Amino acid sequence: MTGRPAMDLLAVEGLAKSYGGVGAVRGVSFALAPGEVLALIGPNGAGKSTCFNMLNGQIRPDAGRIRLAGTDVTGMAPRRMAGLGVARSFQIAATFGSMTVRENVQAACLVHAGGMARPFGRADRRFRPEAERWLDHVGLLAQADRPAAELAYGDVKRLELAMALSGAPRLLLMDEPTAGMAPKERHGLMRATVDHARRNGIGLMFTEHDMDIVFTHADRVLVLSRGRLIAAGRPEAVREDPDVRATYLGGGLTFAAAPGRTEAVS
Amino acid sequence: MDFVFAQFLTGLAGAASLFLVASGLSIIFGVTRVVNFAHGAFAMLGAYVAYTLTARFSGPFGFWGGILGASVLVALFGAVIEMALLRRLYRAPELFQLLATFGLTLVFEDLVVLVWGPDDLLGPRAPGLAGAVELFGQAVPSYDLLLIALGPIAFGLLWLLFHRTRFGVLVRAATQDREMVAALGVDGRWLFTAVFTLGVFMAAFGGAVQLPRDAVNHTIDLRLIVDVFVVVVIGGLGSVGGAFVASVLVSELDAFGILVLPGVSLVLVFVVMALVLVVRPFGLFGRAEAPSRAVPEPGRKPPAPLSAPARLAVAALVAATATVPLWAGDYLVTVGSEILIVAIFAASLQFIMSAGAMVSFGHAAYFGLGAYGAALAVKLLGLPMLPALACGMLLALAGAALFGWFCVRLSGVYFAMLTLAFAQIAWSVAFGWTGVTGGDNGLLGLWPDGWAASPRAFFWLCLAAAAASVALIRALVFSPFGLGLRAVRDSALRAEALGLGRAPVQWAAFALAGTVAGLAGGLFVFLKGSVFPDSLGIGTSVDGLVMVLLGGIGTVSGGVVGAVVYKALSVWLISQTDHSKLALGLVILALVLLFPAGLGGLASRLAPRRRRAAAPAVHPAVGVGGAP
Repeated sequence: MTGRPAMDLLAVEGLAKSYGGVGAVRGVSFALAPGEVLALIGPNGAGKSTCFNMLNGQIRPDAGRIRLAGTDVTGMAPRRMAGLGVARSFQIAATFGSMTVRENVQAACLVHAGGMARPFGRADRRFRPEAERWLDHVGLLAQADRPAAELAYGDVKRLELAMALSGAPRLLLMDEPTAGMAPKERHGLMRATVDHARRNGIGLMFTEHDMDIVFTHADRVLVLSRGRLIAAGRPEAVREDPDVRATYLGGGLTFAAAPGRTEAVS
Repeated sequence: MDFVFAQFLTGLAGAASLFLVASGLSIIFGVTRVVNFAHGAFAMLGAYVAYTLTARFSGPFGFWGGILGASVLVALFGAVIEMALLRRLYRAPELFQLLATFGLTLVFEDLVVLVWGPDDLLGPRAPGLAGAVELFGQAVPSYDLLLIALGPIAFGLLWLLFHRTRFGVLVRAATQDREMVAALGVDGRWLFTAVFTLGVFMAAFGGAVQLPRDAVNHTIDLRLIVDVFVVVVIGGLGSVGGAFVASVLVSELDAFGILVLPGVSLVLVFVVMALVLVVRPFGLFGRAEAPSRAVPEPGRKPPAPLSAPARLAVAALVAATATVPLWAGDYLVTVGSEILIVAIFAASLQFIMSAGAMVSFGHAAYFGLGAYGAALAVKLLGLPMLPALACGMLLALAGAALFGWFCVRLSGVYFAMLTLAFAQIAWSVAFGWTGVTGGDNGLLGLWPDGWAASPRAFFWLCLAAAAASVALIRALVFSPFGLGLRAVRDSALRAEALGLGRAPVQWAAFALAGTVAGLAGGLFVFLKGSVFPDSLGIGTSVDGLVMVLLGGIGTVSGGVVGAVVYKALSVWLISQTDHSKLALGLVILALVLLFPAGLGGLASRLAPRRRRAAAPAVHPAVGVGGAP
């Protein structure tokens, strides 16, 4: 990583959330630059999803500040965050099941362009080339006419990605983007997404259980454990961090240091 | 003060029966997700059978044996119906079972008239409890005291059943997450039948214990089902404790409302229900419904605009319909106009139900507001027909915008019940505000202008309005706005993350649908020459639901087909038989069993299956692919 730009795209300070007295996320701070790829890892229950859900406004934090390009967006509703250029995919993928794959992306384009309120004209004729370009980008063009509900789970994840990218986001949050995909597909999808993010200056943050994906594609890695950030830094440094090793090994996870097709398995 | 106390006791006594019936409905809904519209009819049946049994066997054993025996008999009948009818429908689209239970209600209503006659029947006094007890100087019927005790006893027994038996634990588990219970290996069929039987037993028992207090007749089922819906929704669906508290609340509101505000006592209960739902969207003791893991039917095509040949076919159909006044008599033409009007109404309801997943149990409110708006524009402002129709649509729009603002904050059954509450409020206003609306006597002498006075001219007007309304609604469904409406229906979470909020989209759709329903209501006034509070009543709302469900909730405008079939059938049956409800109910049951996807779903079933091999099973990985 070469020097960080003056203005962070995303700046998080002291983020906290507890449920019934149990701290799910306890004082997490980090920053993300445009074009940077940040992975958020940690054992199950470490607070990754809670953290993600606060970043796009799905959950209101108890304490802390979230700034997007200098603007305080703490506690802002997801639909307003989307307007500011925050896109995300969900851990349990959410798409519009009754529509065709193409219509899903067209809907995303329409919302982004502010054209969803128009009560006239045919929606399936709007943003058709754009939608197909994004479907091609994620490898779904051949399935454009299928109902989204019929897609295999890995393909639903691809569709989510296409919908997120079509809105030209500044910040892309991906919750387990490669879950449900064959090992071979995972790297291809991640590489294409990371390249796209770097080229367009999109800040990309993702959670992932596949450690191979994390250490191959992330510029920096944040490690959460029981709601606290226990390590942050470049992948090699994090991999050697004794606290991190203890957390994963203590949690009964295999965590091979050698590059290869290894995955943290609980 | 003493009188207030006596009134309070009367309210408590009424609560017992209400609680029994309501908790039965709540349990059935909780486990099977069936909105059992026939629940009031089962309670009515319980009262009728108990009447016969208690008349046959006298003495305390005869009386109580008769009440329990009647409940058991009706419960067994319920079990048979569950196994023969509902069991075939659990996999049908959501709410399709409502159509079946509505058909059952129609059948029951006519059957009890056939068996027991149309007159009110007064049951026997309970042996040993015929007198009254002096309390604070007021005579309180001893039977009321028994009922007051019965409520908590029944509640206690239910609590024991649900917390101390394996069956009860299964019922509670299934209420929270029935897919998980099924995944754990519980035989869902057995559980559903048992739960339905228990629920029907409680309905019948609740109906039967009212026998010494109230006369029984063949119309109490509708009144009961509405009261019970209110109780269940105020208490929170699936919560027996909630049903208990709410039944006391509703019963006391009834008892005191009549004393304090005689004019608006009818509306009081619904105002309270609306307030509860606005403050606590899942009722007093209810919890948010677990998200269903049900997936859309495989193989269903995403809706698409009509192809060019299909458009031609529809145009030819409209043209053929336009020739009806040229060869048919005035009666047929007038019936045709009525069918076209209800088709507009059904199409407007289908817009929010199918594209929006907003199942309204009170769509009649906007039909009726359109009707009264048009009628009052003629009576008070002296406007001609077309501007009066526009006034009706405006009033419907205003009502739908006002009520809809509250309703779209809820979803599912709670949405349905809040729409019902608002419709009942509107009905109460039309019924009670006699100075303006004429109350029960309605407004009369509202005929079309000269140019549309002949049946054939009015038919063409209705046809033009129907064709335009359906075309407009279809265009809306496929417009960007319609795509947005379908998007928030499919996944509010995803839509929100993309920047599209659910509530504003649904609110706009609700208001639009109300406006179109208002057009239907206005036309209806000029067809009949009059308007009555019935136009806002629950019967009109249910008719709309039946037409949409019959047409196929999975279609875009199957409701039009449903409207034509349902209306034509009911008009024809009324002219053919004295037992038109029985016949109509049986026809609905037959249609439900034959076409579980609705009549409109039939078309897509007959259409050739899409090529399923079109999509490759494995796709090339994006980019370079492979490991580093």
